[in-house]
Amino acid sequence: MSEMVTLKINGRQVQAPAGSTVIEAARDANIHIPNLCSNPELEPYGACRMCMVEISHGKRTRLVASCIYEVSEGLEVKTDTQRVNNVRRLVIELMLSRNPKHPRLLELAAQHGVEGTRFEIDVRGCILCGQCVRTCREVVGVSAIGFESRGTQRRVATPFNESPAECIACGSCAYICPVDVIPLKEKDGVRTIWKTDFPMLQCRSCGRTIAPKRQLEHFAKITGQSLDDLTKSCVHCR
Amino acid sequence: MMKKIKSPADLTKLQEAAKQRFDPEKPCIAFCTGTGCLAYGTQKLVDTLKDEIVKRNLGDRVYIRNTGCHGFCERGPMAVIYPQKIFYQKIKLEDVPDVIEKTVLKGEVIDRLLYKDPVTKTKIVKEDEVPFYKKQMRLVFGMNGLIEPTSIEDYLAIGGYGALAKALHQMQPQQVVDEVIAAKLRGRGGGGFPTGWKWDATRKAQGEPKYIICNADEGDPGAYMDRSLLEGNPHSVLEGMVIGAYAIGSTHGYIYVRNEYPLAVKNITLAIEKARELGLLGDNIMGTDFSFDLLINRGGGAFVCGESSALFASIEGRSGEPRAKYVHATDRGLYNKPTTLNNVETWANVPLIINNGSAWYAGIGTEKSKGTKIFSLVGKINNTGLVEVPMGITLREIIYEIGGGIPKGRKFKAVQTGGPSGGCIPEEHLDMPVDFDALTDLGSMMGSGGMIVMDERNCMVDVAKYFLSFLEGESCGKCTPCREGVLQMRKILDRICEGKGAMEDLDTLEWMGQAIADGSLCALGGSAPNPVLTTLRYFRDEYEAHIKDKRCPAGVCKALITYSIDPETCTGCHVCARICPTQAATGEKKELHTINQELCIKCGACYESCKFDAVKVS
Repeated sequence: MSEMVTLKINGRQVQAPAGSTVIEAARDANIHIPNLCSNPELEPYGACRMCMVEISHGKRTRLVASCIYEVSEGLEVKTDTQRVNNVRRLVIELMLSRNPKHPRLLELAAQHGVEGTRFEIDVRGCILCGQCVRTCREVVGVSAIGFESRGTQRRVATPFNESPAECIACGSCAYICPVDVIPLKEKDGVRTIWKTDFPMLQCRSCGRTIAPKRQLEHFAKITGQSLDDLTKSCVHCR
Repeated sequence: MMKKIKSPADLTKLQEAAKQRFDPEKPCIAFCTGTGCLAYGTQKLVDTLKDEIVKRNLGDRVYIRNTGCHGFCERGPMAVIYPQKIFYQKIKLEDVPDVIEKTVLKGEVIDRLLYKDPVTKTKIVKEDEVPFYKKQMRLVFGMNGLIEPTSIEDYLAIGGYGALAKALHQMQPQQVVDEVIAAKLRGRGGGGFPTGWKWDATRKAQGEPKYIICNADEGDPGAYMDRSLLEGNPHSVLEGMVIGAYAIGSTHGYIYVRNEYPLAVKNITLAIEKARELGLLGDNIMGTDFSFDLLINRGGGAFVCGESSALFASIEGRSGEPRAKYVHATDRGLYNKPTTLNNVETWANVPLIINNGSAWYAGIGTEKSKGTKIFSLVGKINNTGLVEVPMGITLREIIYEIGGGIPKGRKFKAVQTGGPSGGCIPEEHLDMPVDFDALTDLGSMMGSGGMIVMDERNCMVDVAKYFLSFLEGESCGKCTPCREGVLQMRKILDRICEGKGAMEDLDTLEWMGQAIADGSLCALGGSAPNPVLTTLRYFRDEYEAHIKDKRCPAGVCKALITYSIDPETCTGCHVCARICPTQAATGEKKELHTINQELCIKCGACYESCKFDAVKVS
């Protein structure tokens, strides 16, 4: 059990383990802080800047990203000041300029009184929250995709924009994407993702499609089971 | 191979021997072979002079020294001739024989190579009497002219590594830290964080090894002081680092230097090799049980890698992206170990403090900013170059007395300090003493010391757009406000410059500028709106002229201007017609010229080249 610290969020006393982040402390206390790139399963990242909060330690007040800022004794956090809301509204407007229609962004906009974006719209879809890249690296453990280029040219891509050599077609990236811009298709025993067709294997008991062969091979490698064991039965017939 | 230095006495012996190599009475021509002067063709000049000396069998009559940058880049190729300290500027190949015959052999001064004071119209013989140098205090940069950067002996001859000997043999590490704290040295890279505190925190932090890093990823447009220091006096930076390592308890260091600085990389590499040979780096430095060594890490040219956490990521082999800095680098920096990162100039100040004491150092400057600062003075200024001045000097003194004012008698408009994310300071604040806090109060910053002077022909909206475009291209793209926000700000400025802006745009710019500053992940985004915010603060009328009157007062924004030739003043000299790239400016010699608006691409070449100011902008 790690040491607990006491902090204040919006005037409420909250206890949280030392070393945890403000957004985690808020989550445990049922205080909602909007966010797009934070995920409990992933390492803190701090890119979308939706989760900004205002903190004060003594006299000094400043804005920090609550998904990466660690709690400390006596910390005072305010989650909806004017300054905080200005940043959030800017972020929402900026994201709408890249993805003007996704329900999740529109919902956030409505919650923050943003009626639309006043910026030039240049649709990319992706908001570069990086959850796909990080999930692939941190959860799946294969690093099949990454970021390429920098600044406004930054985008999520496979190495050299070719078929991703390390991809196991698990689809975690598509699943985690908050704005649903990673296409994943399944047809006739083939899963298509990152413009690559991955054949799938069938359950030897019931014949249903289980998972891409590459994914099962990956499981086989990390669990020590054989491919035969993994396809003997499936969740449907077990 | 030289013998390793095992004690202060060994060092003194070597320093003496190094000094004895030169006869102080014998003439020495110290050429500036910094990057600026090399671009002027100084190397050929030096080679020709050397050939000539060999040919005339004068090898024992004169020394030739290839030094680093002297700072007065406007006047290259240049040389200082010792012992009289005669300052020759704009030297040409054909001047070489005269330099040998008159100055070297007879000690005569060549009048045509002297600097002429534009105000008093008198010729000035000695380097330190040239107004450009007179008001400077070249504590750090002045050594450049006295040494060949590739020669450790030269550095030893001017007392080099004496501060290291003092620190290692007469001071405890904590004493060294305390001395730097007492000197109130602040980081020269931009932040102005007290260097001693950083050292102290790293020293006291848990974790081994501790790292020290020299940040030589200078990337501000127009700034080249770190480059020139590393090129011209690499041992002063090294000495500072070894002293710092001893104080902090570090065994490993890095120099993170841009690969686009080949001469700096070459000279610092050589300096490290030489220092290792002499036992000034490596195991048991100067015979003590203190060991320290360092590696050079060449940066790939990303501006953002000058930001500490991005720099660490780059050294670690990851892409250069900042991470949250809520944990100090002094606790968890490079490889998550306690790390001190200081800028080139900061490190070069350390030997001075140890040699002369903190009281001496703290006696220079203002209450909260001590010592000197090197600025790169560029833009619309007569004396372009690198200037080192005591903190507290006014901007007016730098621009008018050292910089010699604005060329062509034009009117000063603003000075941009602090690099791309600094701010533009107008005329009314020129008498403010320059220090870290005063510049911040004006909405700008010290930054790493870029100083870009602008005159009445600079459009401040265009200037803001230029810096924003630079930052847009250099943003790593990780966080939303910086990646998308700076882009959108730039697009709004584009519109204003095209005469398509609205007054609401100014409110939007101010609002988003604040939100980007508040919301960005690192200092690049945090300060990116500065050029816009400060120009809006001091030059709002120019923005309004673009929006309301569809007019660019400085005559820069292409969509809002037309060039024409004034029939009254045109002399028919034909220069505009010759220089015009699209044949829009035409006319017979000695007759009135005209500009065909259909063909004109508004490059402004005619405007700049007309000696009679007959080309008008409207």
